[in-house]
Amino acid sequence: MEVERQTMRERQLRARDMLRGDLEGEELERYVEEKVVMTNFEKMLGWARSNSMFPLSFGLACCAIEGIPMSAVTARYDIARFGAEAGRASPRQADMIILSGRVSIKMAPVVRRLYDQMLEPKWAISMGACSSSGGMFSNYAVVQGADKFMPIDIHVPGCPPRPEAVLYGFTKLQRKIQGNPDQGWRARYGAAGTEEWARGGPRSEPSAEAAEAYLAARELIGA
Amino acid sequence: MAEAAGIKASIASASPAGGVGSGGPRTEAQPPPAGPPETATGPAAETTEVMTVNIGPHHPATHGVLRLVVDLEGEVVRDLWPVIGYVHTGIEKSCEDKSYWKVIPFVERMDYVSYFFQMEAFCGAVERLIELEIPPRAKYLRTIFLELNRIHSHLVWLGTTALDLGAISMLWYCFRERERILDLFEMATGQRMHTRYFQVGGVIEDIPLGFEEKLRSFVADMPVRVGQYRALLDRNEVFLSRTKGTGIVSRERLLELGVTGPLLRAAGEPWDLRKAFDYLAYPEMDFKIPVGTVGDNYDRYRVRVAEMVESTRIIEQALDALPEGPFIADDRKYVLPPRSELSTSMESLIHHFKLVTEGYRVGPGELYYAIESPRGELGCFVLADGSAKPARVHFRDPSFVNLQAFRDMSVGSYIADMICSLGMLDPILGGVDR
Amino acid sequence: MPDAPGLELIRGEIESKHPGAVLDTGFEHGCASLSIDPAHVLAVLTWLYDTPGQGYRFLSSLHAADYLPAEPRFAVHYELLNRDRVERIRVKALLVDPGEDTLPEIDSCCELFPTAEFQEREAFDFFGIVFRGHPDLRRILLPDDYVGWPQRRDFPIGGEPVTFTYNEQNYG
Repeated sequence: MEVERQTMRERQLRARDMLRGDLEGEELERYVEEKVVMTNFEKMLGWARSNSMFPLSFGLACCAIEGIPMSAVTARYDIARFGAEAGRASPRQADMIILSGRVSIKMAPVVRRLYDQMLEPKWAISMGACSSSGGMFSNYAVVQGADKFMPIDIHVPGCPPRPEAVLYGFTKLQRKIQGNPDQGWRARYGAAGTEEWARGGPRSEPSAEAAEAYLAARELIGA
Repeated sequence: MAEAAGIKASIASASPAGGVGSGGPRTEAQPPPAGPPETATGPAAETTEVMTVNIGPHHPATHGVLRLVVDLEGEVVRDLWPVIGYVHTGIEKSCEDKSYWKVIPFVERMDYVSYFFQMEAFCGAVERLIELEIPPRAKYLRTIFLELNRIHSHLVWLGTTALDLGAISMLWYCFRERERILDLFEMATGQRMHTRYFQVGGVIEDIPLGFEEKLRSFVADMPVRVGQYRALLDRNEVFLSRTKGTGIVSRERLLELGVTGPLLRAAGEPWDLRKAFDYLAYPEMDFKIPVGTVGDNYDRYRVRVAEMVESTRIIEQALDALPEGPFIADDRKYVLPPRSELSTSMESLIHHFKLVTEGYRVGPGELYYAIESPRGELGCFVLADGSAKPARVHFRDPSFVNLQAFRDMSVGSYIADMICSLGMLDPILGGVDR
Repeated sequence: MPDAPGLELIRGEIESKHPGAVLDTGFEHGCASLSIDPAHVLAVLTWLYDTPGQGYRFLSSLHAADYLPAEPRFAVHYELLNRDRVERIRVKALLVDPGEDTLPEIDSCCELFPTAEFQEREAFDFFGIVFRGHPDLRRILLPDDYVGWPQRRDFPIGGEPVTFTYNEQNYG
């Protein structure tokens, strides 16, 4: 369907005609096609949700200085252009939690409680290496990845990630909410089905022969 | 700056009524010299009840994950326990497992706003243990970056504290300047935060071309900006009434509690480790130490803002006096040889190999080295046992010790004053919890 | 810092007041340290605080260290600072590990230096050193119900090994 360029004046006149009821037949159909978007409800809902997120202003450690609620909200890496500047203090009013910083064992139940207090639909972005996987701190005090106790939608790597990286992760989340999550390289190379799962996913039980061979190998080296 | 709140009242510090899982008898908090007037009089006063309220660890006003258990009588704070440990990362224990140069990125992440200071404390301690002299250019470069980090830390403090007090526009202005500083860091080191720029022996890389001009233009702009911040806040009636006369702790009490840094200087004690101990290039720099008189929140604000201006002067002088020469020491036992030598000299290759795989060994000994970070005395204790990994690294973090003064600042005042004092205390929980 | 002869003078004076308190002195890398017997820690600290010639009235840092396998195993370090003369001195109280279930004990210096309150709690939290007379000795940085003293040298560092998918899927 071709839409020809119209000057502002022409558009005003057409709108006036439509309102008066003067457009008929083919002209009316063309007008409707140009102006009205047909979509289904889920898509519209996804579009609305993704463009007006209320992040929970929740900063744990260093990543907080680089992400929400600090650098990403300020003027240079503005998250307001994505509609997400209304950081809420209360989890009941927020729909996205950005875990920015290392989650210690004392803090993990608190974060889980905050996440539980949020109302559906809710999303979680794990910002930085420490909340995605424990980061450089593989020790007794840091939970090795917030995945251990809550579902995370997007992981943003970096230590700390640049604010642009956080915003890129945020736009990925927006696409995920709108219903077409990024496939990344798997779509380009047709490698669907090679997703990696932590323990508990499909194919995580070893086969009997493989387990036997592994144990025999361990015996051999005397481990 | 010398007005006190005029109305004197004696507020008895009450003992906690039904504490929430907290401890037994504690040392008495000293009541502030002037507090809010007694509002409850008459029959209503007999039925006041002390309510224990939990603030945090997730709260819009706490700077990091600090949990406060507060005994409130109406709006007046009667007692206060800070509960910390929510971002405890076990950094000190992790450091025992890593070779010395791998410890540097770990300790940077303690007080995550003033990362260069932690690097300097650790590198300085190890350099004194192995008695390695760093070249003068490295001293000046380290001083420049430390002072830039001090300005950065104070900008973050000013933005977030003004945000807590309601002056939200300060946040945007302070972070605009902060972005310029982070651009400078990125230009010199490749990373905005946690740059691992200081190494034992000097700095890891020289500053690039164009850095000096950019830094000079920043330094020329900074006093103008600080003047603009002061124009916004200094005569703002709400800001003044919230900060003047609140959170006063006497100088002697602060010294007893081990508080250092701008908090102590605001109370009238001119103690600054940059002037007291000679380290890096500070002996050759000409700068003043801002000192307050009353020790209330307004003084703390003025002291830190004045420190920002002094830091720009130090950077200017250091840039003018920056000597030419090597930026890292020559001792190949501890410092990596330059990469250009690796293809020609066998010795360099061997040194490089030993340093990267095992790391350098630091002979048995122990040392405590303290510097002046934006929050106070940051000390690093290194216990070396002769192997390539430290046996104990402990940081005396200023926020951890300064937090003990928070109780004295808030008991007997309103809860809003407590929030103001918390902002002016400037705790960074990464340093508190390590 | 007091120089080496000054340190010996300090040792001599403390010995005359409290015999058997000072076990050793050390002067290395420009830092002076006194190793003392833990039973006399308050006496030594008070002497250093009160004596007009000394006046070490600021406790910069109180921390503990584990010297395993050397004996005595634990040491509590007191970093003292004299602000008028700008001098530091370190006092080390050496504690022996009493055995399996008992914890080493030492007197608390909270009365003398109120700054030690949080720092002694931290030493208790990480090493299990009990400070007698501390107003509120409980864990500060770790959860209240944590078992173990993490910064002792024989406590494992924890964490988990990095898992590789192939091994997980095929070998369990």
